[in-house]
Amino acid sequence: MIFVQALSWIFDGSHWVGVAGRDGNPAILQRLGETLQISVISIVIAVLIAVPLGVLIGHTGRGRTAAILASNVARGLPTLGLLSILILLIAVNAVPVAIVLVILGIPPMLAGAYAGVESVNRDTIDAARAVGLTEWQIVFRVELPLAASLLVGGLRAMTLQVIATTTVASAFAFGGLGIYLINGLSQNDFVQLVAGAILVTALCLVVDGLLAIIQRLALPRGVSRGRAASASPKKRSRASRRAAIVGTPPLQEGMQS
Amino acid sequence: MDWGWISRNLDLIGGRVLEHMALSGPPIVIGFLLSIPFGYWASRSRIVRSVLLVIGNIVYTIPAIALIVFVPVVLGLAILDPVNLVIALTLYAIALMIRSAADAFAAVPRDVAASATAMGYSGWQRFFAVELPLAGPILLAGVRVVSVSTVSLASVGALTGIENLGSFFTDAFQRQFLTEALVGIVAVLLVAGLFDLILTAIGRALMPWNRREPTRRLVVPELTTA
Repeated sequence: MIFVQALSWIFDGSHWVGVAGRDGNPAILQRLGETLQISVISIVIAVLIAVPLGVLIGHTGRGRTAAILASNVARGLPTLGLLSILILLIAVNAVPVAIVLVILGIPPMLAGAYAGVESVNRDTIDAARAVGLTEWQIVFRVELPLAASLLVGGLRAMTLQVIATTTVASAFAFGGLGIYLINGLSQNDFVQLVAGAILVTALCLVVDGLLAIIQRLALPRGVSRGRAASASPKKRSRASRRAAIVGTPPLQEGMQS
Repeated sequence: MDWGWISRNLDLIGGRVLEHMALSGPPIVIGFLLSIPFGYWASRSRIVRSVLLVIGNIVYTIPAIALIVFVPVVLGLAILDPVNLVIALTLYAIALMIRSAADAFAAVPRDVAASATAMGYSGWQRFFAVELPLAGPILLAGVRVVSVSTVSLASVGALTGIENLGSFFTDAFQRQFLTEALVGIVAVLLVAGLFDLILTAIGRALMPWNRREPTRRLVVPELTTA
């Protein structure tokens, strides 16, 4: 059974250490490090661009259409195509890969940021304004804390997008964990191929799980107490979207208390 | 930009466009059809909804090449079979579409459904004559998102040797030939645009009352993958 062989390939301690390439050493730790390094750098850059922009859009209500358009275009652009074009235009190294990761990471983060700020109850903001908070104070003390959960939701979607894209980038002379998939395919080494698939999937599931926990913790205490019974953070985003379509917030069963 | 290459290779481009459509079309249709019963079920029960959305989320978390590898291993197919790509894309389509379908049916006003029952509609009649048409616009918005992302994702199949428009990207990289990559990306966007036009046309034919679609206001920001 190939799954068992792949697992024993992964749990072979000698496959984790050392330098990649020497005597066909997979050096999983090194590859994992490559993936994490470029992912973290790209995520930081994308956050620095997308969060201020998203908060601005959410706060002012302007530019929403443009943001939606950008995210739709980004969804339609084939990752592989974007990677090959930028690599051919720039160089075969990590720079074009990082640029692609930033480009693909921005839309989900932007969506999370503006959806988060937009989801804040208008009455709450008016109340904050009425008690004399400045616009900056409203952004930092009211909107951002209340938007935190959706912001982390955007971060979560972006992180997965970025890590998933690094696996594809392995096909273009970039290292990373995806390299076992690419090598497994080119060498017809199905054990390595399946082991690589397990490794990248495990990485994505672990990172997503961690961010899901952070997302839950990011909900301010007062808010979570009021909403915990009826909705998880994900559901809140759904509710605000549905309200945008139907016009009135949906009545939910089990809310009468 | 080497325009000559394009005119010399029109057959190749056309062939790969057709292959790309053959690989990405079925997952969109199958994913849409399968997500309707699941979405309806999810709109009836909050527990079912959470379970299905969590499963969908996990499927969507798996990177595309990995899923294309898992499908044959689990189903016992040949590793380089194009069917693997179709199945993997279908799984992604369902994972993405279930949320829209659940939202679409949940947005059908309860009063309307109850009125239909009161007028003597049976369960099936009510579903096909009342709930499905009312859920239509949101279903359409969802399937349009699924369509665009499926067409784009299908190109990843080229990495596992399944020929489609994505093969232009891998070839371009190997030959250091930019034109080929640009042709590939434009062709992918055109196929996505064509599918979108077809879907909107079908939507307009089936839902003539839906002149002003709510689709432009609908965002599905959470789910994206490579």
